[in-house]
Amino acid sequence: MSAFNAIGDEREIDRDEYTPGVEPQPTWCPGCGDFGVLKALKQALPEVGKTPEEVLTVTGIGCSGKLNSYLDTYGFHTIHGRSLPVARAAKLANPDLEVVAAGGDGDGYGIGGNHFIHSARENHDMTYIVFNNEIFGLTKGQTSPTSPKGHKSKTQPSGSAKTPLRPLSMSLNAGASYVARTAAVNPNQAKEIIKEAIEHDGFAHIDFLTQCPTWNKDARQYVPYVDVQESDDYDFDVHDRTEAAEMMRETEDVLNEGTVLTGRYYVEEDRPSYTQEKQAVGEMPDQPLAERYFDDDAEWERSYDLLDRHK
Amino acid sequence: MSDDELIWRIAGGSGDGIDSTSQNFAKALMRSGLNVFTHRHYPSRIRGGHTYVEIRAAEHEVQSRGDGYNFLLALGDSFARNPQEEAYYGNEEIKPLSENLDELREGGVIIYDEGLVSEDDVEALNLEERAEENDWHVFPLDLRGLAKEHGREVMRNTAGVGATAALLDMDLEHIEDLMADAMGGDVLEANLDILHEAYEDVNEEYEFEHDLRVPTGEHETEQALLSGSNAIAYGAIDAGCRFIAGYPMTPWTDVFTILSQNFPDMGGISEQVEDEIAAAALAVGASHAGVKAMSGSSGGGFALMSEPLGLAEMTETPLVLVESMRAGPSTGMPTKPEQADLEHVLYTSQGDSQRVVFAPGNIEEAYEQTRIAFDIAWDYQIPVMLIYDQKLSGENKNVDIEFFDREPSPDLGSTLTEEELKEAAHDNSGKFKRFNYETAEDGVAPRSLPGQKNGRYLATGNEHSPVGHISEDPDNRVAQMDRRLEKLEAIRTELDEERDSTQTYFGEEDAEYGIITWGSSQGAVEEAIARLNADGHSVRGLSVSDMMPFPEQEVTEFLESVDEAMVVEMNASAQFRGLLQKELGRFGEKLTSLLKYNGNPFEPAEIVEGYEVNVAEEEREPTAQVRIEPAAGD
Repeated sequence: MSAFNAIGDEREIDRDEYTPGVEPQPTWCPGCGDFGVLKALKQALPEVGKTPEEVLTVTGIGCSGKLNSYLDTYGFHTIHGRSLPVARAAKLANPDLEVVAAGGDGDGYGIGGNHFIHSARENHDMTYIVFNNEIFGLTKGQTSPTSPKGHKSKTQPSGSAKTPLRPLSMSLNAGASYVARTAAVNPNQAKEIIKEAIEHDGFAHIDFLTQCPTWNKDARQYVPYVDVQESDDYDFDVHDRTEAAEMMRETEDVLNEGTVLTGRYYVEEDRPSYTQEKQAVGEMPDQPLAERYFDDDAEWERSYDLLDRHK
Repeated sequence: MSDDELIWRIAGGSGDGIDSTSQNFAKALMRSGLNVFTHRHYPSRIRGGHTYVEIRAAEHEVQSRGDGYNFLLALGDSFARNPQEEAYYGNEEIKPLSENLDELREGGVIIYDEGLVSEDDVEALNLEERAEENDWHVFPLDLRGLAKEHGREVMRNTAGVGATAALLDMDLEHIEDLMADAMGGDVLEANLDILHEAYEDVNEEYEFEHDLRVPTGEHETEQALLSGSNAIAYGAIDAGCRFIAGYPMTPWTDVFTILSQNFPDMGGISEQVEDEIAAAALAVGASHAGVKAMSGSSGGGFALMSEPLGLAEMTETPLVLVESMRAGPSTGMPTKPEQADLEHVLYTSQGDSQRVVFAPGNIEEAYEQTRIAFDIAWDYQIPVMLIYDQKLSGENKNVDIEFFDREPSPDLGSTLTEEELKEAAHDNSGKFKRFNYETAEDGVAPRSLPGQKNGRYLATGNEHSPVGHISEDPDNRVAQMDRRLEKLEAIRTELDEERDSTQTYFGEEDAEYGIITWGSSQGAVEEAIARLNADGHSVRGLSVSDMMPFPEQEVTEFLESVDEAMVVEMNASAQFRGLLQKELGRFGEKLTSLLKYNGNPFEPAEIVEGYEVNVAEEEREPTAQVRIEPAAGD
């Protein structure tokens, strides 16, 4: 018998269950793209049959980090850049949990960049949503890792001398097995991509363009956008790493020229998740470790039985 | 110094097998019925560089390295830098012999490998003259040649052990058994040949004029030889810890390795990750999801853990972190012990510290306090740290195996089941009041785990309301902060009233003079006090383990009972004395410090000398490389 009966609970789920009674209204600015992520998640989770208490939403710091204040799942609002290592371990401890990690572009691609690379490399079975508004919002508008070259802010008064980081290419090269970009202004696509990401057995990275009407107002609203799967202008195979890489590069290049390309970029279905890899080498139990602590019949090994090597 | 003990030092270069040879020799001595204690000295280098292991063996209990030693097996450094380029490293070939002469006691025995060390170099040491002065008995043996003849050159360690056994009139039986456990086939045969040949050669060729013989003893129960790192890892296993995340760093790597090697067979999980921030964050994540988890590092890596440590404090996530100190600052001296991270561990991370810190002083305490650490962490939902050092990490000692014959304690403490969650308090929307200060006992509000029905809440590093939502309401802030801090008071009360004291006392109860120490300097202090009292002084010792919350009552009683006290610790800024004064707010005029920070642990004689200089108020400086920091007003 499981000690975690919210997991796998088969029942009708109302989207409103995901709205917390304590804090139903987000405090994001009017017109903020973050509303788009929240809405898409609230739609996607019931559609993939997940109840609020079998989901753990782990966030970083920034406007995006408040996601789990407004999404009524189990939540862990961690520290700046560290959502992924916390999320990874929760998944290892209890692989039956549905783990969604989220944070901003500064959080995921800047301060947490090392964790992002390694989480993608290891292919943990989780969804990682990066709210990419190309700016630091909560600290009031400083240049971020994805800000375009020449972007002026209080900390780069003459304009940024740095070319922006390429989130999709970085993700692919690091080893993510599902990579997509969507935008808050494209709610249907966003919902579908989130559903795919949750159902994907591996590290699913969504670069989610979230416009910042307060600090990046002269930049863009990410309209009009193009869905690369639906447009006749683009033709590439999302299962082909080389073609995906080329398409990602183009997408990253043209964003700075005002063309917003979105869609699925890379999907690798047969790559084993980290849990499977770890089980294959015999370094991870078959049953969720978290269950064992509630199992009255569990036999706990003792150091006393290891002493032969010391005698 | 006593004559009824053997202190055998095997010296060579890193990579020469000094460690494994000494381990087996120590076990052989233990099996023969002796108490053993080892001390390891090594450079931060994989191949070459002077390294030694010292094994102290006696019928009586041994808690520390001794003063100097009495038997040297100098093997030569097979990875020595070219002696022509001795500008920086010196002549490394001769170091296993030359570097160890100063500490060799009068009447001591020396074996050196004349197959590896050149005659000219030996001559340059004036060995003959010094041997005469000190009554040393020198045996130049071609260990390398003997090893080559029967097997391979690396087996010269075995030749050295055979020669040692002959010179000590020691039976080969246990050594042979241990070899048979460790190897087989041709390798075993070659090693046994070498062992016997060396033993017989020495017996045939030499007349022994020295008095040194292997002591004899008997154990009433079966013994196990293990290190402080073993003890911490085994304490964790018995406490039900099955998750560890880490990043390699000396000396912490030992605990990480031991658990990584054992966990797969126990259904546990070990993760080596990208950095120490991730390592501690993983431990937080695993604990949050319901697993008893730990992480750890040494000073530099622990610096990176400040953030996740603070997160664990604020989210009240149970967590055990170990910090294995080495000499700092920065990279410092990576393989040398020091106790200079105390303040780092107590106060790192922003905001008011809400953590528990133990500093075990020996191998048994390391095991015991690791178990207490897990109990407290999961009962009180608080990070608990174990701070120890390279010395305790790597030293081996024999322990009665029955010490480990205990029940495991995998209990998750103040964690609720789904049944209990049904009855627990929720807000109107059904969110669990995870941080309910109104019903908390001893500051503890029971927790739920993700995936449990009726348990959802938000954990956040922000200050938060009872259901975990971000809140900057002043009343809530004060209530939550006070509740969290109340846990520390409750923990202090539990440690004082419900458990055996984790502090250790030595010497006479009504002594005039006190010596206080903490952590791994305990053994040397214990021995120094025994000697001082045997010499007619009146000294009592206290070794403190609880760094936070501080055992105010016990330490106050101790300090009130003596006229003066000396605080012994391995750092340059008297950190523990500072903590004493901060916690107690007085005794500044009673406390002198004896500090050592040259990379080597205290020998008992240095503490005895420190006492003499202090108490006699002699107008002299200590001869050892230690520093005396006078009491306030002196």
